[in-house]
Amino acid sequence: MAQQTDIKYLTPIAVDIRKKKYCRFKKSGIKYIDYKDGEFLKRFVNEQGRILPRRLTGTSLKYQKKVAQAVKRARHLALLPFVTDNLKSNN
Amino acid sequence: MLNHYETVFIMTPVLSDEQMKETVKKFENYLLDKGAEIVHQENWGLRKLEYPIAKKTSGFYHLFEFKADSSIIKDFELQYRRDEKVMRYLTVLMDKHAIAYSEKRRNLKKEKEAAKAEEPAEAPAAEVNETQNNE
Repeated sequence: MAQQTDIKYLTPIAVDIRKKKYCRFKKSGIKYIDYKDGEFLKRFVNEQGRILPRRLTGTSLKYQKKVAQAVKRARHLALLPFVTDNLKSNN
Repeated sequence: MLNHYETVFIMTPVLSDEQMKETVKKFENYLLDKGAEIVHQENWGLRKLEYPIAKKTSGFYHLFEFKADSSIIKDFELQYRRDEKVMRYLTVLMDKHAIAYSEKRRNLKKEKEAAKAEEPAEAPAAEVNETQNNE
């Protein structure tokens, strides 16, 4: 009987090595997130205009709070939509 | 105590340029009357709104950055609410990072404008030289 270790694969098993996520604000030393810059804030919302969770963007808690605040302010000033479809393709 | 504030408001697009400037002047004078010190102001002009407000799809944006006592803010926002020409407003207290950021932003803008004014033909040539040096 062949043992587990004897099994040979024709193609190597696909093991995706995930890139470690990092907080872009901490890395580049950004201290303040501007609510007036709608284009920048679009990186932190999905196509429907919802704020992306931390687990996807890798933003640290401290800056996620600031991102959320900035997005909400931008929405109030009609610089970002509350809800839409295809936000990213419109640009 | 003087706080640093930033306020952005949106005026209806039905105004003429002069009416718009008048409205801006009115708020500016109000701030000055109350002893506020205007640090910076910016007119973004007519901008498209991301969603309609009061059935309008665009509006005149204007920004004031000022130092003032916290007691005048409530009254100042009341002026916004009383004015039919103002569709939206937002007043934000700035922390030290915000102040640093806005200063940087202003300087960048100034530099850009200066670069544009001073021989726009020469600017791209200078950039090419820089990239060559880096290599």
